[in-house]
Amino acid sequence: MRQSCRALIMSAVGVASLLILTVPGQSAELTRGAMLSVSCAGCHGTDGNSPGSVPGIAGKSASFIESAMKEFRSGARDSTVMGRHAKGYTDEEIKLIAQYFANRK
Amino acid sequence: MSDFTRRDFIKLMSAAGAASAMGWPIVAQAARRRVVVVGGGFGGATCAKYIRAFDPRLKVTLIEQDTKFVTCPFSNAVLGGLRTIGSITHGYDKLRQNHGVKVIHDRATAIDPAARKVMLAGGKRLRYDRLVVSPGIDFRWGAIESYDEAASQTMPHAWKAGPQTSTLRKQLEQMRDGGVVIIAPPVNPFRCPPGPYERACMIAHYLKQAKPRSKILIYDAKDKFSKQPLFMQGWQKLYPGMIEWIKQSDGGAIERVDPKTRTVYPVFGKPQKGDVVNVIPPQHAGTIAHTAGLVNKDGWCPVNQRTFESAMHKDIHVIGDAAIASPLPKSGFAAGSEAKVCAAAIVASLRGETMPDPSYVNTCYSLVGPEYGISVAAVYRLKGNEIVKVKGAGGVSPKDATDMFRRDEARYAAGWYSSITADVWG
Repeated sequence: MRQSCRALIMSAVGVASLLILTVPGQSAELTRGAMLSVSCAGCHGTDGNSPGSVPGIAGKSASFIESAMKEFRSGARDSTVMGRHAKGYTDEEIKLIAQYFANRK
Repeated sequence: MSDFTRRDFIKLMSAAGAASAMGWPIVAQAARRRVVVVGGGFGGATCAKYIRAFDPRLKVTLIEQDTKFVTCPFSNAVLGGLRTIGSITHGYDKLRQNHGVKVIHDRATAIDPAARKVMLAGGKRLRYDRLVVSPGIDFRWGAIESYDEAASQTMPHAWKAGPQTSTLRKQLEQMRDGGVVIIAPPVNPFRCPPGPYERACMIAHYLKQAKPRSKILIYDAKDKFSKQPLFMQGWQKLYPGMIEWIKQSDGGAIERVDPKTRTVYPVFGKPQKGDVVNVIPPQHAGTIAHTAGLVNKDGWCPVNQRTFESAMHKDIHVIGDAAIASPLPKSGFAAGSEAKVCAAAIVASLRGETMPDPSYVNTCYSLVGPEYGISVAAVYRLKGNEIVKVKGAGGVSPKDATDMFRRDEARYAAGWYSSITADVWG
């Protein structure tokens, strides 16, 4: 029993190390979109999942996020703090952020 | 792997030997690079979590002496009676369970940059490929004469949240109606620039209900402060006549205290006795940064503004309040933002990649009253080798905002707290 247990553990270990070596896809690509977007998580929650009163943005459509950000920036959409933030990003950056959060769950 | 040398091969083999002796899978161990993070606050915990998020193949160990972390953000709300200490206390289980961070509750006592090792008080020695130091602040005891650690038991600083917060709250509860509360903020730079003035608001909120004849005197070592017009407008509106701000040039800077009589002695002008005295002493980077030779002559840590790598030692990064990253303020939120940039820099460096251009952000709310919030925000980028504010973005809440706007910001302040603490420890 102990013998077979050990054999099982050893083969599991073998499989695990194989996995670690052969699945580099586990690590995320460090994209510009990610670099910009992780800074939003402080208020909107990790990956845009907000646990409190700040609106969550995970999985919202890219077009919704993009237009909301542009409207915050121009003042067309009322806000308390988002207008001040949105002015810090270019059209291209807003698009990258919108795509990033559209792809979160 | 192209520059893999014979020496590397021998090193790898002996590491593998040691690893297999401990019962770990040889190949996996050799493939995993090791990052050690010292300090489990906003900077350190965020950095540990995001390194693992960016690359789960990396082994991340977080060293934090306490098993629970009490946040400075919202500790003023505890003083005001709006929150309990429990509601601002966070543990490390989720970092372990959800993010695979190894958390060791011990104190880092020394760093050997040449051997790339961290020494712990409990006797352990940890080897690292990259080290992150996020020690927060320590106090320059004695910078104000007679204000030392013992004096902080009777005249609490409450500038590291926890028992000090509870002591200050208890003193406020025990104070007579008509008593004098003194708050003495330090010169710049210090942790949380709007903090002392939010504190005045929250204490005033409590006194207004429980001890309405009392007064708050702010003995300030400065002539201006963060969000000043908004705070002063709020004081006037919610607590007329209760808060008096004595600026440096009017004799606000204190040079000495007497803990026995709870008296503060300004550089010029009359001594002032208080019933409750909150001295917020001058600060510098946390102790380990000094021990490890990571500080400049002012006691703060110079770092590369793109990677947060120390200017003093290779492969050691310093983030949070201890690091020099102005115009980013010394705030928990900024520490988290720096931590993510630092995490990306470390992951990119260990993979031999180039990190995309960083973006940094700060958002700080202050509560003037339970339904009266104000904020400051900024977005930052790297220009050359310096962090600069993006022009035209950021700023403080409008001075002429409606009551509803202030209410919304108080509500968002609570949401901000839920989100950031989940982003750090969740």
